[in-house]
Amino acid sequence: MTGKRIVSIVAHRLAILAYVVFALFPLYWLLKVSVTPNKLLYSEGIRMWPSRTSFEHFEFVLKHSEFPTFFKNSLIVSGSTAVIVTVLASLAGYAMSRFNFRGKYWIVTLMLLTQMFPLVMLVAPIFKILSPLGLTNSLTGLVIVYTAFNVPFATFLMQSFFDGIPKDLEEAAMIDGATQFVAFRQIILPLTLPGIAATLGFVFTAAWSELLFSLMLISGNDAATFPVGLLSFVSKFSVDFGQMMAAGVLALIPACLFFLLIQRYLVQGLTAGAVKG
Amino acid sequence: MASLAARNDGTRRDQRPLKKRLADASAPYLYSAPALILIVTVMLVPLVLGISYAFRDIQLLNPFSGSFIGLDHFKTLSQDDNFYRALKNTLWWTGWSVLLQFVFGLILALLLDKPFYGRGIVQALVFLPWAVPSFLAGLNWSWLFNPVVGPLPHWMFALGIMNEPSNILSDPQLSMWGPIIANVWWGIPFFAITLLAALQAIPRDLYEAASIDGAGPVQRFLSITLPFLAPTIAITVLLRTVWISNFADLIIVMTNGGPADRSQIVASYIFTQAFKRLDFGYASAIALVLLVLLITYSMLIVVLRQWLLSKD
Repeated sequence: MTGKRIVSIVAHRLAILAYVVFALFPLYWLLKVSVTPNKLLYSEGIRMWPSRTSFEHFEFVLKHSEFPTFFKNSLIVSGSTAVIVTVLASLAGYAMSRFNFRGKYWIVTLMLLTQMFPLVMLVAPIFKILSPLGLTNSLTGLVIVYTAFNVPFATFLMQSFFDGIPKDLEEAAMIDGATQFVAFRQIILPLTLPGIAATLGFVFTAAWSELLFSLMLISGNDAATFPVGLLSFVSKFSVDFGQMMAAGVLALIPACLFFLLIQRYLVQGLTAGAVKG
Repeated sequence: MASLAARNDGTRRDQRPLKKRLADASAPYLYSAPALILIVTVMLVPLVLGISYAFRDIQLLNPFSGSFIGLDHFKTLSQDDNFYRALKNTLWWTGWSVLLQFVFGLILALLLDKPFYGRGIVQALVFLPWAVPSFLAGLNWSWLFNPVVGPLPHWMFALGIMNEPSNILSDPQLSMWGPIIANVWWGIPFFAITLLAALQAIPRDLYEAASIDGAGPVQRFLSITLPFLAPTIAITVLLRTVWISNFADLIIVMTNGGPADRSQIVASYIFTQAFKRLDFGYASAIALVLLVLLITYSMLIVVLRQWLLSKD
């Protein structure tokens, strides 16, 4: 091994290390402050790890604040949105994948357009529409809005999964006398389970992260989702850094779980491409 | 598909009863109806309504508002200095965010393209920011910039970049950089994932052939990697530009457009008008201008793409 080669390998590993540190440091700091006792927060401001750790902030957040409610609300909203979107997107994605029909071009164009225009445009009109229906300040209202926003992308995603399944399968079933819908439900859907899981995960995280519409549509604490609760907490008690960061760590949990779930597929998909070479 | 093939086949066309043919023709519409109905009612109807608001006086707290006022909002808008600043900031925000995300994303993709021990776990770790909810990414970075709990001001002070450990988010000259840095951190994985997938689709023998012919690493990158990546780069950068110019979450969370509107972009300005001042009419007028600008930009891309394709 020549010296030049060793230098290039060391440089490569150092660059990788720099990226890992940059990616993880903010999350590490979040965790660090959340376990730092209040007394040490200011005296040991920029130490890499506090001399004593405690879970007092987590305890406070879980027992004496409204974060459990926010957490529950966010779970309900994101969970319902994910399920409804996946059902609607499976149906629409199947139509896009298996049928050639006159309206298809227009439907695809419509869905692509919804991905392009700024959603912030809809903040005011949606508030005006939902308000007389009693759907502002309600989790149902949020679910409806999030479902509509996520259906186009989820449809494209599901369509690509359906495209990967040979058409002969349901054709064979239909020759045996099954209707297309039965073939779809009993043969095709079970085969797309990984795709369904990915869609569920994507939509769940998207709904969990959404901020602008939940800020606009929700005002009370009862129906507040995690982002709204956390932001109102920040503006009200902006000195309780430990508690805010403990709440932040809690908000990170579902997103990280989802990521761990799909990152294997992500890496698998990418390395599968690499094996060819 | 089977039914469709049968329908197009003239000789077998009339073998199926009318009812069955109708059912077959309507099937795709039935499958997509629920999704379509929702998209139309929750996205298209509000869009049209929003466009009409731009020409009306609509203030949430004023029950007497609602009348048509023609182009008044646009006259106000043409003299609104905050709007022009927001427009300039949008260019600044989008340009730097996309450029830095792309450059660092490309470098990361190139680094990860080489096989090394522990690549799987490294990929998972560097892609993690992508999974962090945007509001949390914003809060997290605003805490890092906060001299009370965050290390960054102290480090910048120690390095001599700052005169004292202060919060750049409250500095009118620098506040825009806070959300940009957070956005770069958050968006690098997106570019890296897309570019890595494109990199791994390049046939490896090309590189081998090139090194046998004596091409150095720089030459190989310029004459093999870059041309192969070009289509992916073009599409990702262009789509991302539109997306980031509309992405107001980080700014709203980190600076709320402040101090004194210095970090306001058009998207966050619309939200502020609607959310804080409850002036839906004016917010919709700004939104309409933004929409027109974005459509113009997208048309330019389409024309450019046609031109590039016809050149080949």
